[in-house]
Amino acid sequence: MTRVRAEILSTRKLGAYQSLTLVAPEIGERARPGQFLAVKMPEGREFLLRRYFAVHQASRRGGWAGTLEFVVDPQGQGSQWLTSVQAHEFLEVIGPLGTAFAYPKRHTNCMLVAEGHGAASLYFLAQELLARHKRVDMVVGAETLERVFKPIEGKRLSQTIAIVTADGSLGDRGSVMDALPDMVESTSTEVLYAAAPSSTLARIAGFCKERGIPAQVAVEERMGCGLGLCQTCVVPVARKDGSGYDNLRSCVDGPVFNPARVLWDRWLSEEPTMLPTPPEGLPVVRTWPG
Amino acid sequence: MKHSLSVDLGGIVLSTPVMIAAGCAGSGRELAGLVELRKVGAVLSRTITQEPERGTPTPRIAESAAGVVWATGLQNPGIDVFIADELPRLAKSNAHAIVSIGGGTLEEYVRLTGALQGRPEVSAIEVHLSGPDVELQRSVLGAHADRAAEVAGAVARMSMVPVFAKLPMLASDLPDIARAVVRAGVTGVTIGGSPPALDVQADRLRPGLGGVTGWLSGPALLPMTLRAVFDVARAVPDTPVIAVGGIRSGDDAVEAFLAGAWAVQVGTATLIDPAAPVSIAQGVVRYLKSKGLASPADVRGRLRVPASFGAAADEPDAT
Repeated sequence: MTRVRAEILSTRKLGAYQSLTLVAPEIGERARPGQFLAVKMPEGREFLLRRYFAVHQASRRGGWAGTLEFVVDPQGQGSQWLTSVQAHEFLEVIGPLGTAFAYPKRHTNCMLVAEGHGAASLYFLAQELLARHKRVDMVVGAETLERVFKPIEGKRLSQTIAIVTADGSLGDRGSVMDALPDMVESTSTEVLYAAAPSSTLARIAGFCKERGIPAQVAVEERMGCGLGLCQTCVVPVARKDGSGYDNLRSCVDGPVFNPARVLWDRWLSEEPTMLPTPPEGLPVVRTWPG
Repeated sequence: MKHSLSVDLGGIVLSTPVMIAAGCAGSGRELAGLVELRKVGAVLSRTITQEPERGTPTPRIAESAAGVVWATGLQNPGIDVFIADELPRLAKSNAHAIVSIGGGTLEEYVRLTGALQGRPEVSAIEVHLSGPDVELQRSVLGAHADRAAEVAGAVARMSMVPVFAKLPMLASDLPDIARAVVRAGVTGVTIGGSPPALDVQADRLRPGLGGVTGWLSGPALLPMTLRAVFDVARAVPDTPVIAVGGIRSGDDAVEAFLAGAWAVQVGTATLIDPAAPVSIAQGVVRYLKSKGLASPADVRGRLRVPASFGAAADEPDAT
């Protein structure tokens, strides 16, 4: 990973989101889908921590070579500040951080499931899969039309795509889970990738387990440093041999995990108490298929 | 004038008086490439316990005004895995490695010290005393002078390397506790660190952290740190005092020196900017140059207070 002071080449509003493109060849040349950036906040504000964004685009060739794009969902103070910065200003950025999605070796039919801004990293993944001659299909969901990220881009990158919104303002009314079973059936999905809020990922994990579909998901957990220093962004992940589980840092051990190994109930329990003993019957999981 | 940032903390000589605080340096390898660790005075390990700790549920961090509320529950792999995996990496970083140890019983501290005995990678031990006292069933082990002295003193008597007692913030009689641990034989005291805190999410009627209660870190703490260091440095003159809590710039570090600190630790600022410990040391040099001074020791405890100060009890309503 590298720390750079990167010039903002452009910033534009995309529905509910803001997309920022940086000149950062040191990071762009190495960034892979699933990885993320840590963007420093301005001095003199009362919010301090860096903000973390999945890499949406890293151009290695052509007129955009050396640029890096990420997508801001302006929900809090820091991300709202990022919607106000202008082209030619500079951001201090560390990246690329975290683990990337692995590409299948044997399988061809890839299903990409995105909810909200999760589509930003999956469109990047779709490009890389297409370059490896894989078939890409997508289920893209959001609450409203404005929160469906680049639907045209999604259509361009996929053989078939199902777009769903909670209010029916674009595509079918519903959630990604409503559209997923039919899409998996009709496209003969062999592997599945997902980036979505953790509650949706938990349901996708259950679906994949039921159907025996190998999958990789990019999780979101609140981070302190993004660098593996502070031990705050942990996710409970079963050991491969089923001997127990570890609280792994989603910033360096993730954010991409095998959902079959994530202990979703433990992670997402609303009950704010400790569960001192591991649950019975931890899953024994085969490795990511070739 | 020749400037030297070197500081001797009772047997451990640091190249700069700026260290990375416990729990903010990962497992020793994460900072590689982001900061030149040889330019950092010392790197503290995360706090290590006898047995592995999984830590508290997530979320573990929330932002507050000029600070963060956090709780990790001291997640760590336990002393055996630490010695096998993390300690060699910490030591390879070319900065002094100081191991932070924590426990709930006297026996745990003694065993931890024993396990670190004779390890050439360990430059010093910091004794974390802010956890619950399992043995005596008290909420904060180090909040009681006799108990803090018993535990820190036992570590100091066993240890071949300098031992620093990190005293719990908000202990009402911090100077008394400091006197007690110094009498018990510790090399120095670490003062400041995170006071207890709570984050509340009103819309969900829930605490912001998965483990409910947490600790406050970040620049919001600096004045509390300065006060605690000021009080303790006057109580234990000639004893190395390390300031931690809210230090993010060279000026902040100088303020801590003026209040009586010999060295500082940097925590939250390292999480935001891994190179902060180095830039803070550079900021100290700039201050020294501007004042025509040679070393941080020249400003240590030099805060000019009226001669009458301290004559009467320092109560809020004292006149």
